Amino acid sequence: MNAFGEAFVYLNDPFNWVRPGGILDLTREHVTVSVLAVLAAAVFALPVGTALGVSGRGSGAVVVLSNVSRAVPTLALLTVFAVTPIGFSDTATVLALAIFAFPPILTNTFVGFREVDRDVREAATAMGMSRRQVVARVMFPLALPLVMTGVRTAGVQVVATATLAALVGGGGLGRIINLGFGQQDYAQIIAGAVLVAVLALLTELLLVVVSALLTPGQRRLSLPRTQRRTRGPRAAAVRV
Amino acid sequence: MLNAVVDGAAGAHVLAVDAAPNPWFDAGYVVDNWPTIVGYLGQHVRLTVGAVVLGAAIALPMALLARRSRLLSGPLLGISSIVYTIPSLAMFAFLAPFTGALSATTVLVGLTLYTLVILVRNFLAGLQAVPGDVREAARGMGYGAVRLFLQVDLPLALPAFMAGLRIATVSTVALVTVGVITGNGGLGQLIIGGFNSNFYRAEIVTGALGCVVLALVADVLLAGAERLLTPWTRAVRT
Repeated sequence: MNAFGEAFVYLNDPFNWVRPGGILDLTREHVTVSVLAVLAAAVFALPVGTALGVSGRGSGAVVVLSNVSRAVPTLALLTVFAVTPIGFSDTATVLALAIFAFPPILTNTFVGFREVDRDVREAATAMGMSRRQVVARVMFPLALPLVMTGVRTAGVQVVATATLAALVGGGGLGRIINLGFGQQDYAQIIAGAVLVAVLALLTELLLVVVSALLTPGQRRLSLPRTQRRTRGPRAAAVRV
Repeated sequence: MLNAVVDGAAGAHVLAVDAAPNPWFDAGYVVDNWPTIVGYLGQHVRLTVGAVVLGAAIALPMALLARRSRLLSGPLLGISSIVYTIPSLAMFAFLAPFTGALSATTVLVGLTLYTLVILVRNFLAGLQAVPGDVREAARGMGYGAVRLFLQVDLPLALPAFMAGLRIATVSTVALVTVGVITGNGGLGQLIIGGFNSNFYRAEIVTGALGCVVLALVADVLLAGAERLLTPWTRAVRT
């Protein structure tokens, strides 16, 4: 048993990377599907979360949604979409993943806008800002760190879940692991696991850096764990 | 609907999967396959309970140690957030060479690692929220380490502990399904089984609904246990 050595050999073979359907192709598919899913979720979740957060209504519904979404297995949704008329394709995968990316973005956007200090809003209104200006120029920058936390949570989660698409005939890096298990080929299993884990960690790192760059004011790279511990009602990530 | 059937019958290439009825839910399927479903449900429950209990048993001493110094808690939380980022399929894959590609142990160990990560954070947060004055007062009254933990720390940190257990349990119920990669996915076996038997929707939906219902039942049970264990919180509220 030297699966790790063999996995290293597998990963070192350029042919495994560049051949059609190889690692590069699968990675491209994995990333494309993930990005589309997060974008699709953000397009719906950001306006709804902003509207609810600004008005301060609907917190019950948001909490219920984020709790129930934790109980639904990602595998189930991926499979259910694959057996609808949409069929099993990247479209079905993107749809299923977008549904899973929706609650974290919505919850964090909602909390971000709701938690903006009332005094700050009032001061902005008193200075003659219109309602739209208050939302766009005052509330948005203040809510941005939490909004980005939502996007980061969703992004990492989607990249991780996209792996499961391989179990129901989809593409992405999960295929290597799935194939490895099918053939009892430990080298391939480990190689796939390394690729998937590295992609997930890189996604997290990238999004942490992006949100640090976008955040106005503080130029401090805040690690996810400190945010998770200090920012009270954040939606816990759904593990996949 | 009728048109579609007629067209299908008239068309030259009609697949069995299109012509045969494929309902989203079928009570007949559930009745006929009851023993199978209960078998998978049992495995699902065993894996969930095993992972949460093992995770809690390891997390508690770790949290108690980590509370003692920042030197320990910093790296511990760092490592746990890295473990948490690793996708479950990759986690099972990493474990496969050690515990076997087709064994339930792989799933159990993987799930335990995830519950461990969730529980250590919540246990630590709960313990750190115990007011220092209260602990000092207890120590001044002559409480030993064990009694201090059992009679002061534990009751005060219990709500945080239970919150952690609920999150860990619910997410583990959903995660067990990924165990299908090893053939030990509890109700996930129904989901993949239905997918592989010509996309039989009734089986897929039974498995999926079973997971959701199981998660909700587990959550309600734990919420009930929390109410029973912390009678004083209700007295304050009313």
